[in-house]
Amino acid sequence: MSFFKVDQLSINFGGIKAVDGVSFDVDKGSVFTIIGPNGAGKTTIFNLVSRIYEPSGGRLVFEGNDITHVPPHRVAKLGIARTFQNIELFEHASLLQNLLLARHAHKQSSFFSELLFLPSVRRMEVEHREAVEKVIDFLDLQQYRESLIVNLPYGVRKVTELARALCTNPKLLLLDEPSSGLNVEETEDMAFWIQDIKNLLGITVLMVEHDMKLVSAVSDRVLALNYGRPLAQGSPQEVQSHPEVVRAYLGG
Amino acid sequence: MRFVFKTSYAQDIQLFRDRMDAFWYVLLAAAVALLPVVMSEYYVGETTWVFIYAICGVSLMVLVGYTGLISLGHAAFLGIGAYAHAFFIKHGVPWVAAVALAVVITTACGIIVGLPALRMSGIYLAIATLAFATIIQEVFSRWESVTHGFAGMPVEKPVIFGVSFAHDTAFYYLCLFFLVVSLWLTRNLLRAPTGRAWVAIRDSEIAAQSMGVNIAIYKSMAFAYSAALMGLAGALFAHKIAYLAPDIFTILLSIQLLLLVIVGGLGSLHGAVFGAIFVALLPPVIAILRDSIPATLSSVAGATGLSLFGAIGEGVGAFLRKPGVEAGIFGLILVLVILLEPLGMYGRWMKIRVYFSTFPMYKRATFKRQKTYMRSERLR
Repeated sequence: MSFFKVDQLSINFGGIKAVDGVSFDVDKGSVFTIIGPNGAGKTTIFNLVSRIYEPSGGRLVFEGNDITHVPPHRVAKLGIARTFQNIELFEHASLLQNLLLARHAHKQSSFFSELLFLPSVRRMEVEHREAVEKVIDFLDLQQYRESLIVNLPYGVRKVTELARALCTNPKLLLLDEPSSGLNVEETEDMAFWIQDIKNLLGITVLMVEHDMKLVSAVSDRVLALNYGRPLAQGSPQEVQSHPEVVRAYLGG
Repeated sequence: MRFVFKTSYAQDIQLFRDRMDAFWYVLLAAAVALLPVVMSEYYVGETTWVFIYAICGVSLMVLVGYTGLISLGHAAFLGIGAYAHAFFIKHGVPWVAAVALAVVITTACGIIVGLPALRMSGIYLAIATLAFATIIQEVFSRWESVTHGFAGMPVEKPVIFGVSFAHDTAFYYLCLFFLVVSLWLTRNLLRAPTGRAWVAIRDSEIAAQSMGVNIAIYKSMAFAYSAALMGLAGALFAHKIAYLAPDIFTILLSIQLLLLVIVGGLGSLHGAVFGAIFVALLPPVIAILRDSIPATLSSVAGATGLSLFGAIGEGVGAFLRKPGVEAGIFGLILVLVILLEPLGMYGRWMKIRVYFSTFPMYKRATFKRQKTYMRSERLR
């Protein structure tokens, strides 16, 4: 039984087949990367996995459970967290508040206990804070803790998204273009973090990425897509030199 | 300069930031509690309005300022609370039970109105709530067996467990008590997961959902909680106004409440209170100026022998007496606030605070709005 399995996944938007019969397996503790030209359907797969889109065919199986029709807010509780390509942070809240919200899937308090802020709520809040602080230390975000997101530069926002996803305590982490908009140095940091997430935290990573240097540095397996259809799958080197992939990127 | 030393995580979720903070709030509470001793009965009555409006403000702030859902129909919730309370009181239900029932009924209405909010946002939601308010106003005027229609409905003075709150000062303390309770409960929610989920929905529904927030439940909860507070405010409102008629709860009142939270400062509980002070005290202030400006200037004219001052005084007085001037001043202030201080009175308050707490190192640029081209700066 594989850790996370995508089986013949498809979705149509009207007559356009955005994702058309894509299948792949992600092994526990590995980094799996999806590459492909713009419009290949990479982010659409992410939106299908995080259940924002309803697939028109196929199955998603996570740890042996079929999650094809789970409502989107249940996905986090199952242990799947994601980041967004175009940063979707809560911009008029502090970084700390953003990360604390990511603990929502682990919320145990009822509305009325929160209304009175009972000691149990207080205790849970401190526990959430401790979990969040670990992630803050892991990603070196201490100095931005109290800043509002609107006041933070793009690079820090990108890391905050990663931090927020980690705060949900995921088993599977979906990273949508983690290096887009980052400079060379920040991209290097990101590569180290992805490796640490895999090796130190033991989290499986499913990633969409364009920067081939980053892809070959961290990925265990790569899937290339074009027009919603899989082109090739294998190790980063195999996929990169695959003639179909070269043609998709360079034309001809 | 003032530094807050943080030594535990629990410190960050306390009601007050530090002892200094707590000290100022205690001082404020003492001052507010002592006001009726030094004020005339007229001002006690006007300040009671501030408290009632502040509860309305807290209610709308949760919905508009924190959850990002707009409502142009909150006057209807206020009306439902007021009528329900008055109806139960009239039928001999004890005061506390009548308030509780009024709150339950408005909460139920809030949940029903919240249902379309699950699919709508922005201007569409505003129109939907506006339609609701119009329907409810019609119900108030037609359901004569309960509301007595345009004949009006007198409201008895509050008697709680045999203690009469008929006197203005007693009612002042009653309203103050409920304001403090609603502020405390709301603050509790806002520092707990529920409040964070509301803010998350306001800023990015899609991300909130991916982090495990059930959007439908939390939006309904925001509507229900907001309506519940409005119901409470409605019960107090009924006693304060003493005579209910359908034309009190118009769209204009809804807009006035929305103005309250915007002028006060969206996204802060302080803002709800500041806004209430503004909305409740502007009419009496205009009334006072209407009489005092001509009087002062004519006495100046008498003392100096310059008749020009007297003429100016008469002119200003006549202008302030014109119908519609009050609404005009409201509108003008709203426009100026949106242009000059988008965070409202709370924003100004924050700047003053930072000025003193960082003295003498205050930099004006701290609050300068920078032009960036990221999502936060675009219109949604």
